[in-house]
Amino acid sequence: MLRSTLSPLPESKNIFKSVRICAYSALPVFGKISSEPDEDGVHSMANTPTVRKRSSRVLHETAAGYAFIGPMFIGLLVFTIVPTILSAILSFSEWSFIAGIDKIKFVGFSNYAKLFDDDVFLLSMKNNLVLLIAVPIQIVVSLLIAVVVDRLVYFKSLFKVVFFLPYISSIVAVAIVFQLLFHPSYGPINSFLTAIGVDNPPKWLADIHYALPSVMIILIWIGIGFCLIVYLAALQSIPRDLYESADIDGAGAWTRFSRITFPLVSPTTFFLLVTGLISSFKSFDIIKVLTEGRPANSTSVITYYLYTTAFENLKTGYASSIAWLLFGCVLLITLVQLYGQKKWVNY
Amino acid sequence: MRYKYIAGRAVATLLMLIAGVAFVLPFAWMISASVKPEIDVFKYPIEWIPKQWMAYDNYREVWFGEYPFVTYYWNTIKVTALTTVVSVVVSCMAAYGFSHVEFKGRNALFVVVLMTFMIPSASILVPQFMIFRWLNLFDTHLGLILLGSFSALGTFMMRQFFLGIHKDYLDAGRMDGAGHARLFVGIAMPLVRPAIATYAILRFIWTWNDYANPLIFLRSDALSTIQLGIQKFASESGVYYSLIMAGTVSAILPLIAIFVVGQKQVIEGISLGGVKG
Repeated sequence: MLRSTLSPLPESKNIFKSVRICAYSALPVFGKISSEPDEDGVHSMANTPTVRKRSSRVLHETAAGYAFIGPMFIGLLVFTIVPTILSAILSFSEWSFIAGIDKIKFVGFSNYAKLFDDDVFLLSMKNNLVLLIAVPIQIVVSLLIAVVVDRLVYFKSLFKVVFFLPYISSIVAVAIVFQLLFHPSYGPINSFLTAIGVDNPPKWLADIHYALPSVMIILIWIGIGFCLIVYLAALQSIPRDLYESADIDGAGAWTRFSRITFPLVSPTTFFLLVTGLISSFKSFDIIKVLTEGRPANSTSVITYYLYTTAFENLKTGYASSIAWLLFGCVLLITLVQLYGQKKWVNY
Repeated sequence: MRYKYIAGRAVATLLMLIAGVAFVLPFAWMISASVKPEIDVFKYPIEWIPKQWMAYDNYREVWFGEYPFVTYYWNTIKVTALTTVVSVVVSCMAAYGFSHVEFKGRNALFVVVLMTFMIPSASILVPQFMIFRWLNLFDTHLGLILLGSFSALGTFMMRQFFLGIHKDYLDAGRMDGAGHARLFVGIAMPLVRPAIATYAILRFIWTWNDYANPLIFLRSDALSTIQLGIQKFASESGVYYSLIMAGTVSAILPLIAIFVVGQKQVIEGISLGGVKG
């Protein structure tokens, strides 16, 4: 299904072109018998002009190549590569970008050393690690939903859309809505809990102990749709006869899941785990809009601390060292992925 | 046997409907709160269908009241549309270069492009901000558009599709005497049109929902995008929750519309590479 719609060769529209290709295809074949055809598709007899022509063609190809990738490459250079290098350099300095460039002072590794004595940073780092727990939960739940939705329900496409809605909604809007839903005294969630007899419902985002789990609930709610869609695609690619032969052998639902489905989607699980962990490390919007790290930094994360350090406290150098630590975490997960892919995944 | 099958499916559907409700309820609550008077917002039991309607007043207040929602909207449409167009063109060009033009250093450059994909955007905000100041891009829409237009992800994704184009198609054009520019525009681009639609919709959604970049690289209220706008509105207008909900509905609705129309493209795009913005 996927292949056919996204196929770069939609048959119906290209009958015209294929006819032309047939007409031309004789020429290159003819040329290739002796050696490569030059630009006109006709083999040149004279030797020297060919060489000259070929080298000019190579030059031409190179020029074309750079022209095509040029805009992208220059863009990446200016907006990503140069900033990455600058960030590395700045992380060894004590400086604020509102001061002139001549005020910059290089301090070696002291920014990095300071990080490990910085309580807010350590707390943010810990919160990031706690938030990682949301990733496997989200994956397990979405795999369960995917298995059920894939073969066992009516209105499959409706469910796809419903579960996917949170993912396409903006995080700002989602965060604002959940602020109200979780409102400690008037929010519908606590009204409901009180109504069913819970005496002291948690204060959710206002409580030091419940704030981070509340964020986690929202992250899971947002992320399930994405995992579900990817899982559904993976389930489509499992050959049906595997299940049929399992049926003949009298395998129950659990055996079919644990012996066929689970091992065969393991590359997908691994992919979702890695991308999930990385994007969990990178989450910023939700914290900025939902809690701003409150209460008492109990929901602060690395990216949020980086933001306040850089743009509110204006410590450019120190913020850059946080940035590089964040980069390091992402890099570490990526490296584990490269290594783990070969080791743990059933292909 | 057949009855058992239908019963099983019905039970599974019912279970999923219950789970689905958990996904729809926050949206339903949001819409419901946006069309009722302020005092009814937190009423319990929840009046899902309001007894007293305030839809017209609420939305008029949000759209034509103190906060320039029309401007926010227009800014967002402008930035999102231009980012999508530029990003698609630039990504397709790079993808074509990396797949159908042979030149020295191609693979090395492609590895560099892929490596930029790993860099978390938060890590480079500070130097990006400085570069924006130097290039006079700070607090301009142009800067925001440029920032969203150069995506390693787009290059990688489109390259996969360009690689799927059979060489014969391009060779045929080459026999015709077409250069790379004509091959790209006349043959390659039309062949990957469905993939372009997929990438364009994804890029549109990501840009529309982007909050961090406008937050950092814009300052003037007149240039704010809708995400920045509703956040400001929500934190400054304090307790007018029904109005805040009307604002969030306005921010989400266009995307839901686009998603419903381009559902197939979005879901295929996501499942194909498992891409994530």
